[in-house]
Amino acid sequence: MFASKRLSKELLKMQDHVPPGISIAKSDNLEEWQMDIKVLDDNPIYKGDTYRLKFTFSNKYPIEPPEVQFIELPTTSDTPRPIPMHPHIYSNGIICLDLLSSSGWSPVQTVESVCMSIQSMLTANSRNERPPGDSEFVAYNRRRIRDIPFVYEDDNV
Amino acid sequence: MEHEDETLEEAGLGRSSQGTARTEVIPGFMCDICCDEGDDLVSYAMRCGHRFCVGCYRQYLGQKIKEEGEAARIECPGENCHRIVDSKSLDLLVTEDLQERDNLRWCPAPECEYAVDCSVKARDLRRIVPTVRCRCGHEFCFGCTLNDHQPTPCTLVKMWLQKCEDDSETANWISANTKECPKCQSTIEKNGGCNHMTCRKCKHEFCWMCMGLWSEHGTSWYNCNRYEEKSGSDARGAQAKSRASLERYLHYYNRYANHEQSAKLDKDLYLKTEKKMTSLQSASGLSWIEVQFLDTASQALQQCRQTLKWTYAFAFYLARNNLTEIFEDNQKDLEMAVESLSEMFEKPVPELAELKVDILDKTAYCNKRRVILLSDTAENLKNGEWMNGVFPGLLLL
Repeated sequence: MFASKRLSKELLKMQDHVPPGISIAKSDNLEEWQMDIKVLDDNPIYKGDTYRLKFTFSNKYPIEPPEVQFIELPTTSDTPRPIPMHPHIYSNGIICLDLLSSSGWSPVQTVESVCMSIQSMLTANSRNERPPGDSEFVAYNRRRIRDIPFVYEDDNV
Repeated sequence: MEHEDETLEEAGLGRSSQGTARTEVIPGFMCDICCDEGDDLVSYAMRCGHRFCVGCYRQYLGQKIKEEGEAARIECPGENCHRIVDSKSLDLLVTEDLQERDNLRWCPAPECEYAVDCSVKARDLRRIVPTVRCRCGHEFCFGCTLNDHQPTPCTLVKMWLQKCEDDSETANWISANTKECPKCQSTIEKNGGCNHMTCRKCKHEFCWMCMGLWSEHGTSWYNCNRYEEKSGSDARGAQAKSRASLERYLHYYNRYANHEQSAKLDKDLYLKTEKKMTSLQSASGLSWIEVQFLDTASQALQQCRQTLKWTYAFAFYLARNNLTEIFEDNQKDLEMAVESLSEMFEKPVPELAELKVDILDKTAYCNKRRVILLSDTAENLKNGEWMNGVFPGLLLL
């Protein structure tokens, strides 16, 4: 109940206006939303692509952070959605980002502000690579995102 | 400390509010967490100004405390705000079931994040010294969170430390340079002028030389040539008494401070022990495991000196009776053992290998004497035996 009230307000606001490069792809229930984001400048790594973020909310949202990851839609689909290349984004779509952890999260953050943070994280990136140990992580990780003990050591990317 | 306010502010610990922390109803306010608004919405903000409704604040704190195990380092819910939610705000907002409990206490060691669970109640502290050992290895008193101070009960420790703070530094100087007012015992320094003294505190007028009443001096203003009047000898008697009590205090204080100092020196030695152990290995061909006795000895020294130190503070408050005699015998046994172990410990490396058996024996003996002294004292304390005919100090317990 806590989450749904806040989420419906967020949704109303976003239906009215969303920042450039961000759009709602799916919001038919209040447990999971999908958002599309684009990088606005002509960063060659992301040029021409659109990426899809999946938000999963617990009923403690926004006290607890939502689970946020990229999801992939095949190139054959009408709306192809690859996983963006980034040294903090694993090829299975899991994002290593401080503000999504319980210690970095502030309940004042919103779906919109999270999208904007991720958008700017992509815009600022110039390294066309995956995090170190990507293939092992993708092959062996079975934990839920929130249980992964990320170390946010790199503030530059 | 210089720049205290700035430093605290930077650490997120600046004062959270002007005056007392309180919740407010502000017309037109909207909570950024639940997006609720309403002219009757009760809200709270620390001095950083990030205002949220009380319901959301509670949810947030509940989450931090219950799910994430946070307590003293919860940050303001505001984005990028690192102000720590201080105890006043917590008291105001946190509901009963999340409040600190009496049987839990944070380990006071720097960087340690453990809390210790102990069932000793505050009212038991006059009879028990609840020393606990945290998982981090730090030993402290659960009652007052100071370092282990067995056998002395918390109240006496507090009184003793207060006394030392007041007295010790200046006691020697006072003893040499001042006298006490014969009426109110205030300490007075005579820094010139005539012998006619008027106490600033009680306005008592007396003669600095003979300590007698000034009024009995008649008109002999500038020198005291009178022979023994009763008031003078009484006053000198009272002064001697106060000197004696100061001397008594200094007796205990000097021994207390000496053990504290020696423990520090032994600790320096302890830091060198590792090196000593390494050189002992190469000098005498002993293996690593065979030189561990030095480490054990060093730890025993530390612990025994800690105990000895506090036995002197404890003894200061004891009356002279049979129990005290036994206590002092125990104290003497431990002290002698500790000093001789300390002496062996300081021997040059080549001799240490030969002393190994002696050091091992002495270490065991010290530990045993310490346990005997502590258990004996604790037993008497528990049974209330020390309470009979003790010094006024103990009656305050």
